[in-house]
Amino acid sequence: MIVLSELWFVLVAVLFIGFFFLEGFDFGVGMSVRLLARDDVERRIMINTIGPFWDANEVWLITAGGAIFAAFPHWYATMFSGYYIPFVFVLIALIGRGVAFEFRGKVDSRKWAKTWDWVIFFGSLLPPFLFGVLFSSILRGMPIDKNMNLSAGFSDFVNVYSVTGGITVTLLCLLHGALFLTLKTTSEIRKRARGFAGRLIWVVLASLTAFVSLSAFETDLFTVRGNITLPLVGLIVASYGLAVFFISKKRDGWSFAMTGAGIALTIGMIFTALFPRVMVSSIQSAYDLTVYNASSGDYSMKVMTIVAVSLLPFVIGYQIWSYYVFRKRVDEKDLTY
Amino acid sequence: MSELVLARLQFGSTTIFHFLFVPLSIGLVFMVAVMETMYVVKNQEVYKKMAKFWGHLFLINFAIGVVTGILQEFQFGMNWSEYSRFVGDVFGAPLAIEALLAFFMESTFLGIWIFGWDRLSKKVHLACIWLVSLGTVLSAFWILAANSFMQEPVGFVINNGRAEMNDLFALLTNPQLLVEFPHTIFGALATGAFFIGGVSTYKIMKKQEVHIFKKSFDIAMVVALIAGMGVAFSGHAQAKHLMESQPMKMAASEGLWEDSGDPAAWTMFALIDSENKENSFEIKIPYALSYLAYEKFKGEVPGMNTLQAQYEEKYGEGNYIPPVNTTFWSFRIMAGTGIAMIFAAALGLFYSFREKLDANRWFLKGMTVLIAFPFLANTAGWIMTEIGRQPWTVFGLMTTAASVSPNVSKGSLLFSLIIFTTMYAVLAGVLIYLFVKEIKKGADHDSVIGHSASVDPFDKEAYNL
Repeated sequence: MIVLSELWFVLVAVLFIGFFFLEGFDFGVGMSVRLLARDDVERRIMINTIGPFWDANEVWLITAGGAIFAAFPHWYATMFSGYYIPFVFVLIALIGRGVAFEFRGKVDSRKWAKTWDWVIFFGSLLPPFLFGVLFSSILRGMPIDKNMNLSAGFSDFVNVYSVTGGITVTLLCLLHGALFLTLKTTSEIRKRARGFAGRLIWVVLASLTAFVSLSAFETDLFTVRGNITLPLVGLIVASYGLAVFFISKKRDGWSFAMTGAGIALTIGMIFTALFPRVMVSSIQSAYDLTVYNASSGDYSMKVMTIVAVSLLPFVIGYQIWSYYVFRKRVDEKDLTY
Repeated sequence: MSELVLARLQFGSTTIFHFLFVPLSIGLVFMVAVMETMYVVKNQEVYKKMAKFWGHLFLINFAIGVVTGILQEFQFGMNWSEYSRFVGDVFGAPLAIEALLAFFMESTFLGIWIFGWDRLSKKVHLACIWLVSLGTVLSAFWILAANSFMQEPVGFVINNGRAEMNDLFALLTNPQLLVEFPHTIFGALATGAFFIGGVSTYKIMKKQEVHIFKKSFDIAMVVALIAGMGVAFSGHAQAKHLMESQPMKMAASEGLWEDSGDPAAWTMFALIDSENKENSFEIKIPYALSYLAYEKFKGEVPGMNTLQAQYEEKYGEGNYIPPVNTTFWSFRIMAGTGIAMIFAAALGLFYSFREKLDANRWFLKGMTVLIAFPFLANTAGWIMTEIGRQPWTVFGLMTTAASVSPNVSKGSLLFSLIIFTTMYAVLAGVLIYLFVKEIKKGADHDSVIGHSASVDPFDKEAYNL
C-alpha cells in the first residue's frame, strides 16, 4: 500500500509540473514581449494571448505552496526560511508582473506601457530562473542542520550547477512560450515566433545537456534512482528531438506539446531523483528532509487527500473550459476579442 | 531592533496593506455581480455600464489583493518557520484548501469574465462573475478558519511537540470562526458599498452621469445598511464570545486593569498608562460593558491584573498583557466608524427615497469622505484581533517570540522589509492614480473610445469589460 506522504509527494510534484507547464508558457510569453514584439500592437497581442489564463496558472504555484505547508510542514519551513532572499526576489517579480498585466493598458501613454513591459519582462524572467536555481541547489544539497534549519552561504545558492539549472529552466519556459505564441497568433508574429523557436531550441538543447552532465557530477541524480532517471533523460531528449522536427515542419500544436512534455519530464526527473528526500542536506544524509520525517500527521493527510481528489477534477475541468472559450487566435483585426 | 521585532513589523505592515484590498474586492465583486444580474434580468444597458465601470475599479483593486496575497502565503514559511513547523499540520490544510477550492475558481472565472463579454451568452457570463464572488467568500472562509485556530485552537492534539489535526469538522465549526466569518464578510460588503456610495456621491455632486450614479448609490446604500447591521450584530456576538475564549483581549480592549465590579461600566475614553498599570482619566457608561460581554445588565468582567495572575499560574511566568493602548483604541476606532456608517447608510437611503440627494451637498461631500471609514474599521478590527492576542501566536500554545525563523538574519529581514514597504508604497500610489483616472473617465468611456480611432485598437478591446 502506498503511504499517504508518498502520495502527497507525487501530488506536490504534479502541482509543480502543472505550474511549469502552464505558467511556463506565460513566463515565456512575458519574456517575448520585450524579445520578440516589434511594436506596441504586437506587445498588446502577445499579452492578450495569455490575458485570460496567467492568473489561474499562477494559482498552481500557490497551491503547490499550500500543499507543501499542509502535507510537509518541515519542508515548507526549511525551504522558505532557508531560501529567504531568493523568495524575496520571486515575490517582487510575481507582484510586479501581476499588477503590470492589469495596469499596463489603463493609461494611454507610451512611457507608461513601456515601464510595465519591462516589469513584465523581468517579472517573467526571474521566477523560472530562481526556481531553477532553487531546485537544482536542493538536489545538490544545502547545509541543513539537525534541527532542520538551513543556513546557507552565497556559494550554496549560487554556483555553476545551480546557475545552469536556473538558465535551463528559464530557456525551457521561453521556448515553450514562443511556441504558445505560434498557436495563438497569426501572420507576422506567428512566423517570427516560430523562427525564433527554431533557433532557440538548439540553445535549449545545449543548456539541457550541460545541466544533465553537471548533474552527474554534482548530484546523485543517476546513482540513487538511475534506473528511472536515465530513461527519463532519454524521454526528454526524445521530446526535444521531436520538437526540432515538428518546428521545422511547422506543426505548431505538436511542437508545443513536445516542449510541454519536455518541461513536465524535466521537473518530473528532478522530483524522481529527490524521492524520498524533499531536501538534501550537504552536512550529512541523516539530516535530509524526507517525505517521512517532514510530513504531517496521518489524519491531516487523509483529509487533504479526500479534498484534493474530489476538487482537482473540477479545477482541471473548468480550466480546460477556459482554454476552450478562448481557443481563437488573437490578432489586431479581431476587435471583438 | 531584534529579528523578532523586524519580522513582526514586516508581517504587520504587509498584512494590513493586503487587508486594505481584500474586503474591497469581496464587496465590489458582489456589487458588480448584483448589477450584472439586474442587467440580465431587466435588459437595460445602464446596468451593464454600471457593472463595467465598477468592474474596472474592482479589477485594479483585485490585482493588488491577489499579488500581495502570495506574499502572505510565503511569509509564514519565510519569517515564521518555527510556527509553520508547529502548526503546519492544522494551519496549512485550510490554506491549501483555499487555493484549491477558491483561488482556482476566482482566477479562472475572472479571466473568462474579463475577456468573455462577447464570447459567452449573457447568462453564462453572469454565472462567471457570481462564481468569482463565491470564490472570494470561500477564500475568506478558509483563511479565517486558519486564523480562528490561532485565536482559539480546536480540533488538534499535541504529538511529538507539534500540533496535529484530529478533527477537521471542529476546525470548521470553531466558535471563533462562526462569529469572525460573518463579521468579516459583512465588513467587506460594507466596504464595497461605501466605496461605491462615496464615489457615486462625488459624481452626483459633479453632475456627471447622474442617472448611472444615482442607481449605483441606491444599490450601494441598501447593501450598506444591511451589511452595517450585520457587522454590528456579529461584532456583538464576537465580543460576547471573547469573554469565554480570550478574556484578556476583552480586558485590554476595555483598558480594564482591575475587575470591573458588577454591573460593569463601559469605558468610552481613557488615558491609559500601561507602565504603571493604571488609567488616569476615564469616561464611563454604566451597565454597558456588562451588556457587551453578557447581553444582560449585570455581571462582572475580569481585569488584566486578575487574568495575568491566572495565566501565570496556567502557563508559567511571563507577561500576558497585550499592548493595551493599541487594543483599546483600535476597538474604539472600529466601533465608532462602524456606528457612523450605519447612520450614514440610513440617512442616504432616506434622502434618496425622498429624492433629496442633490439638495444636500454636505451629505454628498460627507459620503465621499466616508469612503475612508470602512478601511479604518477593517484595519482597526484586524489590529485589535491580532495585537490583542499577543504574546501568543496560537493562543495558549505558542508565543510569537517562539514562532520566528531562527535562521533568517537581521540583514535579510531589513532588506525584505525595505523592499516590500517601498514596493507597496509605489503600488498604493499607482492604485490611487488609476482609481482617480477611472473615476474621472466615468461609466460611459467605453463607447467614447469606441468612436475615436485609438492608436492601438487592441488596447481598448483587451480591457473591454
